[in-house]
Amino acid sequence: MASADITPPRIDDDFPARLPETGRAPQGSDIERKLAATWESQPGWRGWLSTVDHKAVGLRYIVTSFVFLVIGGIEALIIRIQLAQPDQSVLTPEQYNQLFTMHGVTMIFLYSLPILSGFSNYLWPLLLGSRDMAFPRLNAFSYWIFLFAGIFMYASFPIGQAPNGGWFNYVPFSGPMYNTGPNIDVFALGMVLLGISTSVGSANFVVTLFRMRAPGMTINRVPILVWGTLTASVANLLVVPSVSLAFFLLWLDRQIGTYFFDVANGGKPLLWQHLFWIFGHPWVYAVVLPAMGIVSDALPTFCRRPLVGYTAMALATMATMLIGMEVWIHHMFATGLPTVALSIFGAASMAITIPSSVAVFSWIATIWLGRPVFKTPFLFFAGFVMLFVIGGLSGVMTAAVPLDWQLNETYFIVAHLHYVLIGINVFPVVGGIYYWFPKFTGRMMDEKMGKWSFWVMFIGFNVGFFPMHWAGLLGMPRRIYTYSSRMGWDSVNMITTIGSFAFAVGVLIFLVNVAVSLKRGARASENPWDAATLEWATSSPPPPYNFAVIPTVASRHPLWEDRLNEGGARSNLTEGMLLADGRETVSTSPIDARPMAIFKMPEDSYTPFFLGLFISLVFVGLLLHWWLFTAASATAGAIALATWLWPREELAQRATTQGATHG
Amino acid sequence: MAEPVHLTYERLPVGSAGKISGGWWGVVTLIVTEACLFGYLLFCFFYLNSQSEQEWPPDGLPGLLIPGINTVILLSSSVCVWVAERGIHQDRAAWTILGLVAALVLGTCFVAIQLIEWSNKPYGMTTDLYGSLYFTITGFHMAHVVIGLAVLLLLLVWAGLGYFDSKRYAAMTIGGAYWHFVDVVWLFVFSSLYLFPYI
Repeated sequence: MASADITPPRIDDDFPARLPETGRAPQGSDIERKLAATWESQPGWRGWLSTVDHKAVGLRYIVTSFVFLVIGGIEALIIRIQLAQPDQSVLTPEQYNQLFTMHGVTMIFLYSLPILSGFSNYLWPLLLGSRDMAFPRLNAFSYWIFLFAGIFMYASFPIGQAPNGGWFNYVPFSGPMYNTGPNIDVFALGMVLLGISTSVGSANFVVTLFRMRAPGMTINRVPILVWGTLTASVANLLVVPSVSLAFFLLWLDRQIGTYFFDVANGGKPLLWQHLFWIFGHPWVYAVVLPAMGIVSDALPTFCRRPLVGYTAMALATMATMLIGMEVWIHHMFATGLPTVALSIFGAASMAITIPSSVAVFSWIATIWLGRPVFKTPFLFFAGFVMLFVIGGLSGVMTAAVPLDWQLNETYFIVAHLHYVLIGINVFPVVGGIYYWFPKFTGRMMDEKMGKWSFWVMFIGFNVGFFPMHWAGLLGMPRRIYTYSSRMGWDSVNMITTIGSFAFAVGVLIFLVNVAVSLKRGARASENPWDAATLEWATSSPPPPYNFAVIPTVASRHPLWEDRLNEGGARSNLTEGMLLADGRETVSTSPIDARPMAIFKMPEDSYTPFFLGLFISLVFVGLLLHWWLFTAASATAGAIALATWLWPREELAQRATTQGATHG
Repeated sequence: MAEPVHLTYERLPVGSAGKISGGWWGVVTLIVTEACLFGYLLFCFFYLNSQSEQEWPPDGLPGLLIPGINTVILLSSSVCVWVAERGIHQDRAAWTILGLVAALVLGTCFVAIQLIEWSNKPYGMTTDLYGSLYFTITGFHMAHVVIGLAVLLLLLVWAGLGYFDSKRYAAMTIGGAYWHFVDVVWLFVFSSLYLFPYI
């Protein structure tokens, strides 16, 4: 194992170094109080604007993306009212276009990845036994940009000029010729802005995984959620530039007069589809793999046994993404590409069944071989497995080229993608909130309301979305704003509308449960579910410094070692490195997690907020063609960035004063 | 019941230590994602080239003299940054300052010559598809050079203020890596836009 690790480059003997202080730090000890004082954010609005605590950032991500989920959900309900019966006129065709576009944009870009970033931001340092992410300020920055990008994309909604070309925004419809309003420009620039947030967030996860694990947490001991988010983050680094570029080129076509997608002048609409789906398909996995990780980590707690097939699951996670990078053309089967390309990409798409099945059998075996405890989170995770299978099956069906030609652009696809996104993202997320709510807030959620919320959501979802398969097989195209009664789609649409409202009631019960439990829930202990991983080794909610003593990890299940008795050493959670000389944490080697350095962590700072604000203003300037304003905002952003990067003595980024050449 | 593990601890470097600093790993992720961005830009170029019936480039084969010289200028600026980094490692502050100043001058020359090269083109960004591609791709690269020059300028200021010595130099390594990246990417841009038409 050790041979595979990266050996740290030699550091000079006279490099500022110290032997880490070790010991114990029980609650209320001097060292614990010192840590609390060092890591606490300021109270009031100052702390609110300047905090870089991953827990605060994570919760903000979760709450904000849930707000977007509710907004997107309301849009969907209005769509379902319009479609409940034939020949309705609740919405005009243009309003309908904007609503289904914003529904997709909101759910896919503003909810499904950000919510998982929220979980990972909150949980990673706790799961990994660290005191924060690798780049705490970058973390705060990525949240602010996400928030501003979300607001930006909704800016034209109130004046009835929202994006209206569907979430994948095909040219030429979204080009300057057919779409003259600000609708698409808002979407295009908003997506470039959001891409900044996604990219820096992903970079932060990648570096955190490789450098911020507790000593002893070798690469084969990290929780599956970490594998999921790591895989998603690496993919995002590779593919987000593709979509950002596509949207930027589209904006150039629309506002500057270039010809990238302009058929009349040699541009190619298919270039848009390639650039979009090179990003789009890996993105589909980026919004499910971390959610699958949530299940892989939390389900075993309720089965009272470790996950079956940890290694297989970790490899399946990465294999899914690896193959997922080579399947984008299955979104383009009907575009007249050569048969060879269709065959290769169809085969690759089918091959994804293999890692997906590994995951499914792993979860089933965990339930089968365990002693399930039927608490609310378990219900959501078990329900997820079923929805995963249904969504997966309809996916394999559309991977077959001839069948895809039949089903393309019908409600069958709508059914498939909702089974995948709601089944594999929303169900684990809601289950995950039930599971980690005590850690987030220090209170338990109500079990009775929890079970109600599950059954209403589960039944409502299936009643709402399963009939969509039928609608698709009956030939109902997606994105039509109404239909004639003679098509024979009346009852299937009515059932779908009823089901979607039932699903919404289930979500509402969940939200009521959150609100009530926040105030009146029973107090939670450190480890209310008797779970195995490190986040449950610290108080609920965790102190600002996470762990007073940096844990030393000896297995995958630090809190279950005595019970599992797998032999070998025990993790040490009570005695270890203290690191209390300012904000500090330990940095370890990428593979074996041997201590490599003591990292100085940044204090709270307003810079991320201001940099985020200025960058967002650059995009406002571009949208409105205020070129001077754009230049001014860019300059302000550059100054903010220089301030951020200015080497500081407290962070040990500069030569110490006596070693410096001046003075 | 087995015993909890006790690690034996050694002295650990404190703070940003060269390539084991977080910032170094951060700039590597930045370079990876930026390299992908240029990859997609060149994908657009070759894809549209393969699909287009237009004359490509519209004004015939591109002249190689000025861009060739400019390429050499940009690459030598990378050498200067390398010299500046060596200067830090060997505690020779003068080399660092000199290297950075030279790199800044060469980088600025590159920008100036590139602006001349742009003005010499008979087509603009909105003339035809090739022009759109040419100016977008070289424009993206130019933006990176300008940002890189700002980074070098900051490094020069910091070096002048005596922030770095042979022990603390992570910012130099990180900023230097970005500049080398900007230069290497130019080789791909240059090969695609200037050499490829000759094949």
